[in-house]
Amino acid sequence: MSDDVKAGVAAAKAALAGVPAEPGAPKQDAILTATGVRRAFGGLVAVDVAHIEVQRGAITALIGPNGAGKTTFFNLLTGFDRPSRGSWEFDGRRADRMRSYQVARSGMVRTFQLTKALSRMTVLENMLIGADRQRGERLWAAPFRWLWLKEEAQNAARALDLLERFKLADKRDHYAGELSGGQRKLLEMARALMLKPKMIMLDEPMAGVNPALKQSLLEHIKDLREEGMTVLFVEHDMDMVHEIADWVAVMAAGQLITEGTPDQISADQRVIDAYLGAHHDAAQH
Amino acid sequence: MDWQFVFSQALTQAIGPTMLVYALGAIGLNLQFGYTGLLNFGQAAFAAMGAYGLALSVVAMGLPFWWGIVIGLLAACVMALLLGIPTLRLRADYLAIVTIAAAEIVRRIARATVWSDTTGGSDGMRGFSEPFFEMIPWDRDTTWSFLFVSMDNGRLAVDFGIFELQYSYRDTWVMIVGWTLVAVILVVMAFLIHSPWGRVLKGIREDEEAVRSLGKNVFAYKMQALVLGGIIGAIAGFVFALSRANVQPDAFTTDFTFYFYVVLILGGAARIFGPVLGAALFWFLYNILAQGLIQAISADVIPPSVIDSTQVGPLVFFLLGLGMVLLLIFRPQGLIGNRKELMFDVR
Ligand SMILES: Nc1ncnc2c1ncn2[C@@H]1O[C@H](COP(=O)(O)OP(=O)(O)O)[C@@H](O)[C@H]1O
Ligand SMILES: [Mg+2]
Repeated sequence: MSDDVKAGVAAAKAALAGVPAEPGAPKQDAILTATGVRRAFGGLVAVDVAHIEVQRGAITALIGPNGAGKTTFFNLLTGFDRPSRGSWEFDGRRADRMRSYQVARSGMVRTFQLTKALSRMTVLENMLIGADRQRGERLWAAPFRWLWLKEEAQNAARALDLLERFKLADKRDHYAGELSGGQRKLLEMARALMLKPKMIMLDEPMAGVNPALKQSLLEHIKDLREEGMTVLFVEHDMDMVHEIADWVAVMAAGQLITEGTPDQISADQRVIDAYLGAHHDAAQH
Repeated sequence: MDWQFVFSQALTQAIGPTMLVYALGAIGLNLQFGYTGLLNFGQAAFAAMGAYGLALSVVAMGLPFWWGIVIGLLAACVMALLLGIPTLRLRADYLAIVTIAAAEIVRRIARATVWSDTTGGSDGMRGFSEPFFEMIPWDRDTTWSFLFVSMDNGRLAVDFGIFELQYSYRDTWVMIVGWTLVAVILVVMAFLIHSPWGRVLKGIREDEEAVRSLGKNVFAYKMQALVLGGIIGAIAGFVFALSRANVQPDAFTTDFTFYFYVVLILGGAARIFGPVLGAALFWFLYNILAQGLIQAISADVIPPSVIDSTQVGPLVFFLLGLGMVLLLIFRPQGLIGNRKELMFDVR
């Protein structure tokens, strides 16, 4: 297992080795490429990203002060919001015209900053609903159990495997509404994995998670990279970012201000200014 | 006063034709509101589509009975599509507003004087139900008895000793057909709900954005629920029109939709048998209160100075409304709902 771990990290590091630390830097093998993405709410320009490429198979952290536009950018990329302009490609396909469910089906699956557990459904049901392209989800096939029972059993087996991994297996028959905030975060992530995504986008996955769970969540995210998945996640805690990210993109006031390895970013004066500026603004309020 | 009679009457009604109309309407609503979370406040209009679809086809267009049924069902589908396409991508309240308005528009059109030559205006229509009653497989003079069930000149009686259920020749047929429909629909619905398809509906009720993020075409699922629930509403309309052998526009007011909701919440939303139990209890309570009060007044148990018989109707609805409020306070999950499910803050 530890050899595998090294393989994934090594590949990601190698792919990003020669990439210059500047906003919009081209990547060796970008799974996501976005250009000129802009979203304004009335007069407020929430997102205005000139160009960004996300390296396939790497863990990329998206950081930036509160209100920088990270969540809005996620919403745009995943079809939950429409940009004023801009275009992007995911895995070689135009994705900016897709509806949110089509984006998810094409392999780019997101989680939400405010967790969206399906409260009055069990943990297992939450997982099963995540499985993609189920025959039993078609109206015409639904009443005929024999058409989908086998598929359902396979999905359930996969769901239980994932729940095992996320330490939620003993909660399988509990309502999702009964879980703690941290457990819901885990459930949401596990549920997203039911779709077998190529890229998973996690909006503040660590927020509200207790330190013990946090560590295991970090391990899970690292495991995803070993499985060849691309991870883009929003996080505030630079220590966390240092620990797992191969690459860091920094947003401030809607723009991508810089990119680089975690070490490069920590040393970047613009990043420090952006955060300090935000704190400074906040202090004035 | 005759309590036995009052009780027998109420019990007769509790599983009778009108109760079946409430049950069917609420079953459709259960799929839409109970399982999918869609706020359809126009179920009365879907029932009207069925009732008027049938009546207009048979009376105004001279089509055969079964064509009337097909047209009624199609009319409900078309209405669901018309209401759903512009609203189901928007926030939940848009559907509520549009359905409430549509129901009123349908009723106004049905009672409009311009078309009253065809629709009968506010008087409505009759003369479409004969083919239905000609299907009755027993004769008007049929007489038999088996244990406590008997038929006397085509009329059905079920004698439990202390009380007796009695149904007319035609009501018996409406009930046989109606209960068969309820049974078939509930079986299909149970299969649907306990399938991955039903799981997606419940997911949409809980949080449609989450379901969207998992690659489901939420709009298509909502539309399917709206159409299917609307079709069941139209079937309620058939039973309603046939059991009374007429249609009248003012039967399809928002009150009608409101009673479907009462029935659903009383029985327990998102439970397969909720609407049937709710309808039986609702219609039993309504009848026992109404009949009981009327009997009590005519037997001078309640003096006319306190209340006279014309005030019974409003009083019963007041009491039922009060009961509904108490129910929501003390048993919000209804008769067979799941209390635990209500404990989570859903939004
Ligand atoms: N629906 C909206 N309407 C108006 N303004 C919004 C909306 N969503 C986000 N914003 C604004 O856009 C900016 C970026 O917000 P957001 O993307 O949530 O930032 P972040 O996730 O980086 O903290 C903020 O100033 C926020 O107030
Ligand atoms: Mg955010």
